[in-house]
Amino acid sequence: MSQQRPDGITPSQTVGPYFKYGLTPNGEYAWNDAFTNNLITPDVSGERIRVEGIVYDGDGVPVPDCMLEIWQADAQGRFSDPQDARALPNSSFKGFGRVGTDAKGGYCFDTIKPGPVPDPDGTPQAPHILLAVYARGMLLHLYTRIYFDDEAANAADPVLALVPADRRATLIARKAASNPTYALDIHLQGDNETVFFDV
Amino acid sequence: MNFVYPLASNASHPPRLSLGYRSTIKRAPQKPLIPIRQTLSELTGPVYGHETVRENDNDLTIQHKGEPLGERIIVHGHVFDEDGRGVPNALVELWQANACGRYVHVVDQHPAPLDPNFTGAGRARTDASGYYRFVTVKPGAYPWGNHHNAWRPAHIHFSVFGHAFISRLVTQMYFPGDPLFPFDPIFNAVTDEKARARMISSFDLENTQPEWALCYRFNIVLRGRNATPMENKS
Repeated sequence: MSQQRPDGITPSQTVGPYFKYGLTPNGEYAWNDAFTNNLITPDVSGERIRVEGIVYDGDGVPVPDCMLEIWQADAQGRFSDPQDARALPNSSFKGFGRVGTDAKGGYCFDTIKPGPVPDPDGTPQAPHILLAVYARGMLLHLYTRIYFDDEAANAADPVLALVPADRRATLIARKAASNPTYALDIHLQGDNETVFFDV
Repeated sequence: MNFVYPLASNASHPPRLSLGYRSTIKRAPQKPLIPIRQTLSELTGPVYGHETVRENDNDLTIQHKGEPLGERIIVHGHVFDEDGRGVPNALVELWQANACGRYVHVVDQHPAPLDPNFTGAGRARTDASGYYRFVTVKPGAYPWGNHHNAWRPAHIHFSVFGHAFISRLVTQMYFPGDPLFPFDPIFNAVTDEKARARMISSFDLENTQPEWALCYRFNIVLRGRNATPMENKS
């Protein structure tokens, strides 16, 4: 079905404080999760990693009612979406995850490290994960990216190059010494405010 | 040619800082957002299988032993792109308060009864034309702490996925003629009157089922024009 050209898109509204039982029930409500924070499928290849952190508001207080969604390519840099006209992933890896922050504002995702994805000119971007942030008090979600501090490709990444040098660290997850865990906190405001993108 | 998602479309959205809605004050970014090009990462998005939406996930009145109390309603409509084309296979999730205005969420403790026969969560996938349909009960208005005597107009929360991660939409559907509209800072955070009207469902007598349920139509328009397949340059 089509209609006349709409006079605009449907405006965003906040996800509010009560999304958990509908979007991230995680066994606590009589409803099932469409998505979880574990993206790993048995057949997927690549380095298993965990990305974790805490979401803070402008007072530096952890945000316990935040929802985070991630979207990423597989280890070969391919998206599980036919709109990516290159070869599709040869696994059941979907590349999408969702989690609600816990009582201490914490989150984590278990996934695989994505491979490089080209920008519109064919220039490789450094491995990255897209992150969308939703919460009570946010009328419209925010978009940011998660990069990895052990990737030499960061130095040539065309998106990081647009970010003032003194703010780049807010986008780069730091690898722990002993295990494949990366840490990245999200600051909605403040001196360390996370870089959010206008896309 | 790439999908095109003009930034101008976002003008319909509310500003992130809206002083009447107090919780935005500590949660809206204070530094300018940085514009970047839309790459494959932004222009692709998740695809679902049939496992994501189970049969009857779109009927919130049959999830428990008995029927929920309240006014049974049908909520249906189409998900469109900005050219008015239906968005097929789009995942539509909703959640809402019960007929008394109480959420099953543990944080909601306002003195209205829970309904053991109503959770308030549902899920549907649009068909080839972009059409979706839910059966539920009409949610009640409820008080909140934003200001003295603050009440939210009755609403249903919607979460919608389109073709791309950047066409993702979370919104709220309202009911026509609600007397609380002039007093709600979340509804009125959308400053453009025509844009606000796009969040209000319309009463649909034609699809109201006699002797059974009133019907409301809520069409959802996502970002995205010129949605022709991408050619890859690499």
